[in-house]
Amino acid sequence: MITTQNLTKKYGSQTVLNIENLEIPKGQSFGLVGNNGAGKTTFFSLLLDLIQPTTGHIINNEVQVDNSEAWKPFTSAFIDETFLIGYLTPEEYFYFIGELRGQNKADVNALLSNFQDFFHGEILGQKKYLRDLSKGNQKKAGIMASFIGNPEVVILDEPFANLDPTTQIRLKDIIRDLAAKQGVTVLVSSHDLIHVTEVCERIVVLNKGEIVKDIVTSAETLKELELFFSGNEVPVETLSDESASL
Amino acid sequence: MLKHFLNLQWKSFFRAASFKTNLIFKIFMGFMALYFIVIFTSMGVGAFYIIEDQEWGDPLRVVNQFMIYYLAVDLAFRYAVQKMPITNIKPLLYLPFKKAQVVRYSLGKTVVSFFNLAHAFFFVPFSIVLLVEGYSPVGVIGWHLGIMALFYCNNFLNILLNNKDSVLIPLAIVFAILGISQYYGFFDITLYTAPFFDALYDIPWMAMIPWALLVALYAAAFNYFKKHMFLDAGLAQKHSVAKTEDFTWLDRFGNLGIFLKNDIKLIKRNKRSKTTVLTAVFFLFYGLLFFTGAVESYDGPVWKIFAGIFISGGFLFTFGQFVPSWDSSYYPLMMSQNIKYKDYLNSKWYLIIIATLISTVLASPYLYFGWDAYLAVLVGALYNMGVNSYLVLWGGAYIKTPIDLTSNKKAFGDKQSFNLKTMLLTIPKLLLPLVIYGLGHYLINPTAGYIFVALTGVAGFAFKNIVFKQIEKVYKKEKYKTLLAYKQTS
Repeated sequence: MITTQNLTKKYGSQTVLNIENLEIPKGQSFGLVGNNGAGKTTFFSLLLDLIQPTTGHIINNEVQVDNSEAWKPFTSAFIDETFLIGYLTPEEYFYFIGELRGQNKADVNALLSNFQDFFHGEILGQKKYLRDLSKGNQKKAGIMASFIGNPEVVILDEPFANLDPTTQIRLKDIIRDLAAKQGVTVLVSSHDLIHVTEVCERIVVLNKGEIVKDIVTSAETLKELELFFSGNEVPVETLSDESASL
Repeated sequence: MLKHFLNLQWKSFFRAASFKTNLIFKIFMGFMALYFIVIFTSMGVGAFYIIEDQEWGDPLRVVNQFMIYYLAVDLAFRYAVQKMPITNIKPLLYLPFKKAQVVRYSLGKTVVSFFNLAHAFFFVPFSIVLLVEGYSPVGVIGWHLGIMALFYCNNFLNILLNNKDSVLIPLAIVFAILGISQYYGFFDITLYTAPFFDALYDIPWMAMIPWALLVALYAAAFNYFKKHMFLDAGLAQKHSVAKTEDFTWLDRFGNLGIFLKNDIKLIKRNKRSKTTVLTAVFFLFYGLLFFTGAVESYDGPVWKIFAGIFISGGFLFTFGQFVPSWDSSYYPLMMSQNIKYKDYLNSKWYLIIIATLISTVLASPYLYFGWDAYLAVLVGALYNMGVNSYLVLWGGAYIKTPIDLTSNKKAFGDKQSFNLKTMLLTIPKLLLPLVIYGLGHYLINPTAGYIFVALTGVAGFAFKNIVFKQIEKVYKKEKYKTLLAYKQTS
């Protein structure tokens, strides 16, 4: 579904992302973990053609994203609050996204009714504009909107941060369901290792812009990741780099 | 403790995004400030002699007579413009400062604001003139101190009244009625208030009264603030009650309707856009300067077209100029959603066209100045719709100023609006129609001038598709730069 080739992004002399080759098959729930500045959001921004790659390209379902806009109809995302229109009510926002994706009000309402428990009665019919909702509720609305219009690729940046426990659990079900039953490719980034191991079939660890681990999730994955991030297990490449410079 | 506060203040001033404007803008602001200082000062010096020349009476007494209105206007102006000192308090709340200190500092900040200092530019020279002209020094000092105290009373009164429309609006109505009844000679409140201001001079120790009032108001403001310094009380932001609106009547326009709906909501629900539309309404009155002959240099025939363009194009210039910046806070969404540039631009274009049509209809009272005047508006409107509508959309691609919809800051003038490309684009917007009209007017006759400009506008419509393709290209080319620029909200 998504193919990345020789992708780099540089700001000046600083390389913030360098992915030689990454293939994400259709229907996979894909997790991206890494510390701050590892390049997670940069990768997602490149996927959405919000920034330009320095070299290489990403192909999303046979569409090269920095060349054509044909990926837009089947791709949806929630990266941050710049994906929300603050002066709309949540309903209006959902309908707006729906209309852009060829869904009428009834379609959107039908979808929303599936997610009542996700909203916890705090989003719909609140007589509030999105800008006046709390951060967590804004996030719920944004994530919800990314499910509208039967997308084939859903990209969520840090979806679990700021969510309450009930919604976190529900979101995990939704993501698993999307990938397993509906064949949707879901890309999720997270700082929270537990969430991401619970929900993703495959986990890629980014460190300083490079892929240092690519794991098919199993019972041991969480241990492995914890070991890596606690610094006890230093990635081989980095170690040799450092010793060379010493 | 004060040192910390001053340090914070210093940094917040010099590190503010708006401070890093370009040089031209800074010089411009400097001149504006200087202009007001000069105006106030020369009024202070000149008022005495003007009143004497006109033989209205003793200048001090005359000033005292109208002092009550001066104070009232000052209060109203402060209420409308002066900002409350509560910003930036939040991060201080949980730090080891005493609440009293934070409040004192915040209130103290308002004391040195421009709203208070501006009056000094009038009253200091005026008092000096009084002394020079041989008024009793003790009396003048008493009067001066008393009046100054009253302006500071206004300062704290405004803080106490803030956001209490229920108090201020009746007060404003009372003063409006008083003003009108004075004008028509029904009732003259100044007969009752002037003696008080006179007394400040005649019996200088009376100045103690406004000072006592000032101390009382300060104490009241202090207590009020201290009591309300909680996140859910005085520091809470006001939320308006939202109503979901459908605008189903716009559905018939298909894709266009989706965006038009959004744009209407954008204009209705945000402070900044409302101010913009209000400014556009003021443009309607701009023509009065031309058609009444109020400004001599506007009497040349060519200027009629200039007026016509401005009258019908208020919205075009104030709103259109900032497309796509209106959507800056969610531009990444627009860029990754299933949106074609063509649809997006089209809806903005229609919005501008509709607004221009409305302005043209609203401008029909210009018929009072004769057909010729309204014809200029109609022709201006055609040119606006046919040519200028494209030019503002095109120019907007280069502006790249993120707009904070919820605040009115920077609503008037912005650094990045002053860039070379947008400057160059104003030539075809404003000057070209004048030249076209001039050609017709001077070579053939005035009617030919109108026809020429109108035809240019109509020709613009014919080229819409071609022009839109070009504008689309510019938007696509500028996409990444625009996204980056919008990220850097101040």
